[in-house]
Amino acid sequence: MIHVESLHKRFGKNVVLAGLDLDIAQGGISAILGPNGSGKTTLIKTVLGMVIPNKGTIEVMDTPIGNRWKYRQDINYLPQIANFPGNLKVRELIAMIKDIRQKPSDEQKLIGLFGLEPFLDNKLSNLSGGTKQKVNIVLTFMFDSPLIILDEPTNGLDPLALIRLKELIFEEREKGKTFLITSHIMQFVEEVSDQIVYLLEGKIYFKGSITELKTKTGQSNFERAIAAISTHNNHD
Amino acid sequence: MIKILKYSFYDLMRSRWSYVYFLFYLLLGFVLLFLNNELSKAVITLMNVIIVLVPLIGTIFGVMYYYNSKEFTELLLAQPIKRSSIFLGQYLGVAGSLTVSLVLGLGIPFALYGLFQSNAIWDFSLLLITGAFLTLIFTAVAFNIALSNENKIKGFGYAVLAWLFLAVIYDGLFLMSLIVFEEYPLDNLSLIATMFNPIDLSRTLILLKLDISALLGYTGAIFKQFFGTNLGLFMSIFMLCLWTVIPVWRLAYVAKRKDF
Repeated sequence: MIHVESLHKRFGKNVVLAGLDLDIAQGGISAILGPNGSGKTTLIKTVLGMVIPNKGTIEVMDTPIGNRWKYRQDINYLPQIANFPGNLKVRELIAMIKDIRQKPSDEQKLIGLFGLEPFLDNKLSNLSGGTKQKVNIVLTFMFDSPLIILDEPTNGLDPLALIRLKELIFEEREKGKTFLITSHIMQFVEEVSDQIVYLLEGKIYFKGSITELKTKTGQSNFERAIAAISTHNNHD
Repeated sequence: MIKILKYSFYDLMRSRWSYVYFLFYLLLGFVLLFLNNELSKAVITLMNVIIVLVPLIGTIFGVMYYYNSKEFTELLLAQPIKRSSIFLGQYLGVAGSLTVSLVLGLGIPFALYGLFQSNAIWDFSLLLITGAFLTLIFTAVAFNIALSNENKIKGFGYAVLAWLFLAVIYDGLFLMSLIVFEEYPLDNLSLIATMFNPIDLSRTLILLKLDISALLGYTGAIFKQFFGTNLGLFMSIFMLCLWTVIPVWRLAYVAKRKDF
């Protein structure tokens, strides 16, 4: 599904990705984890073509992305911070994205699922953070695409919405979709992910299942295993 | 690109500032006609206003729109759209709506006053064409500056400085160089120097079209000789096009390589 080879990216003097190699097979949920500033968002943005790497190649569905843009038709992306043009209404924003992507969509079901009907005629600048995130989720999940990338999807969600989100993720996984997720909420990661990709200093430090991670670090608790893998490296 | 252009254009058409800008020109047109009672004189006064104000508004609107629509841009970047389409669409949306405000705001009072029956129609058209060019040029320059500066305050500062340089400082330097080198023949130098500043170029173009070049003395005669001909007019329009195309091209070039 995704094939990344010796990816390098630096912002000024700050090296963010230092020769990263990654293979993500089709189907299943991969969680990209790592301490703050380890390059999770940068990695996701290079896959999306929003950040242009200094070196290395990225293939999405067996085609190198280069300077292309059409492959994004097959990706649904949930950005980390839900920043929308403030003077649009929710309804208009959804219509606009539909118009741009020209793909069949089922936003009605999702609007009902997250209880957004009363907000459809509100301007986006007047919505609370959590409601914005719900709109963000509707925009991401309303199209049927094989690859779904979620950057901190749980931000600001109430418990009910969080449950709905998880159900939605599982439902889509059943259909054979591939997920890339970053999150700092370890409980969420443990519940949904099939595979962990741990980033450290611009490289992949660990890749495998949660069970493998627990065995490797000798911890029985997932959160502690992640903490152990981070501190273990610091003592090297 | 057409879709982005459409959304940017609608977005701006709904904003208060487009109407303020439109109403300002409407008012200016009516007041000038009321005070001057003659179309061609009103055109001259109008030129002095347009030549300074249009670039300033283009610059400020361009910078403000770029920074304000950052979220919109980031949303679009993750969609299956070509990068250059996003930025060119937004640019044309801003420049287009400003041009519409200008043309309608000035066109309505002048048309009501009987522009179509008068001889001033060509002068007036030229005024609107140069106004449109100045909008396109300065909006493009502003977008370039904003794209290269993440910091809003810096970007805004540089953009206003660019306007100030071309509208005021350039002329000052130009005049000083004429005084310092007054012993040398400067006709060609001043012609070329005029060519390199879109504001000066527009001003000269309109002044000469209005047949008041006699006021400019000997240099005016030389300018008339050049700009008065078809070649001169063609060259000026060509230079204005170049002033538009180069910043737009750089905009697309930089946008393609930028990280978001």
